[in-house]
Amino acid sequence: MLLIPDSVVRFFHRMASPPHFYAFTERLMPWLVIIFLFLTGAGLYGGLYLAPPDYQQGDSYRIIYIHVPSAWMSLFIYVVMAVAGAIGLVWRIKLAEIVAISSAPVGASFTFIALVTGSLWGKPMWGTWWVWDARLTSELILLFLYLGVIGLYGAIDDKRVASKAVAILAIVGVVNIPIIHYSVEWWNTLHQGPTVSKLDKPSIHVSMLIPLLLMALAFNVYYLIALIQRARVELLQRERNSQWVKTMVMENKQ
Amino acid sequence: MKPARKQRLILIALMIIGAGIATGFALKSFNDNLMYFFSTTDVVEGKAPKDTLFRLGGMVIKGSVERPGDGMMVRFKLTDFSKDVTVEYTGILPDLFREGQGIVAHGKLNQQDVFIAEEVLAKHDENYMPPEVKGSLKKQTVSAIQK
Repeated sequence: MLLIPDSVVRFFHRMASPPHFYAFTERLMPWLVIIFLFLTGAGLYGGLYLAPPDYQQGDSYRIIYIHVPSAWMSLFIYVVMAVAGAIGLVWRIKLAEIVAISSAPVGASFTFIALVTGSLWGKPMWGTWWVWDARLTSELILLFLYLGVIGLYGAIDDKRVASKAVAILAIVGVVNIPIIHYSVEWWNTLHQGPTVSKLDKPSIHVSMLIPLLLMALAFNVYYLIALIQRARVELLQRERNSQWVKTMVMENKQ
Repeated sequence: MKPARKQRLILIALMIIGAGIATGFALKSFNDNLMYFFSTTDVVEGKAPKDTLFRLGGMVIKGSVERPGDGMMVRFKLTDFSKDVTVEYTGILPDLFREGQGIVAHGKLNQQDVFIAEEVLAKHDENYMPPEVKGSLKKQTVSAIQK
């Protein structure tokens, strides 16, 4: 089981070695923070100041610079979580388990932000805070899936067993992802159809699109930062009895 | 790949396929309930419920919005570009309600097949552009028609 069959997996194992990961992310972190601050600054300046008001909604549409990237992230992080969970199940890589569980609170937060900002926009624009249409309902189910993953992980004391249970829940929940994405096309919904991911030219003016994409990139980098910080803490907790953690703590004391 | 890992991988693949098929069937059987609103064609062809509340979606026909009384009552026509339904609503309309835009109304049909709405929601479309662009688009289409 512990023997590594081919070179690809051997490379993967070396990258997934806890001390290597811990040292590498420590050096990576300042750069990520700088990139995140730059992208967020540029995205917010472009979105809130440079971009023109919308022909129908005026300035109210600017909530898309938070809402849309959050919604994208909520789907993306779920897929990352499920894939990492599956890798953890099949290859029993500790770091994959840690990436899966560390993603859940970040994903849940983005889902929550997407739901709340959508609701705030919906009241003046649609005329209601909430409707039970296919898009909104499936996104709410996504939030419950995230909360289920977090709760299940917390309920099981043996963290390796907990990771397996969580991975199975996350993998089964993946069926919700295409439902959320295509809900606006398969059914009549109050939520509008896709703007950016359409194959023909996006139905958003380029001056509004660029800040949106910048914000999406910034949110991705933020996810990476939050994921790494959470994963490092989780890693230290799980490995607290191992030699490399003890050595590191002793070195820091001196 | 080691047999044990292969087995687990196959198991996961089967799990996803199984969950996918089950969800697919469930969604198919609930398809009608997942539709948030009926189209105007459904209403004209009698597919919409007769005596209960339901939602009706469509585009407000340009020039059809009128206020017959002194009060808050509005009357307008909805279309899905093949059949029209007349709607009456008393109350405050949302920001995005305007002629040529999509809306969803909640209410029921009366004896004259007029839809009496209790609530009107604006359905925003997926287009975002500055006002100047909208203006020039209009000019382009107008000149294209004139040619």
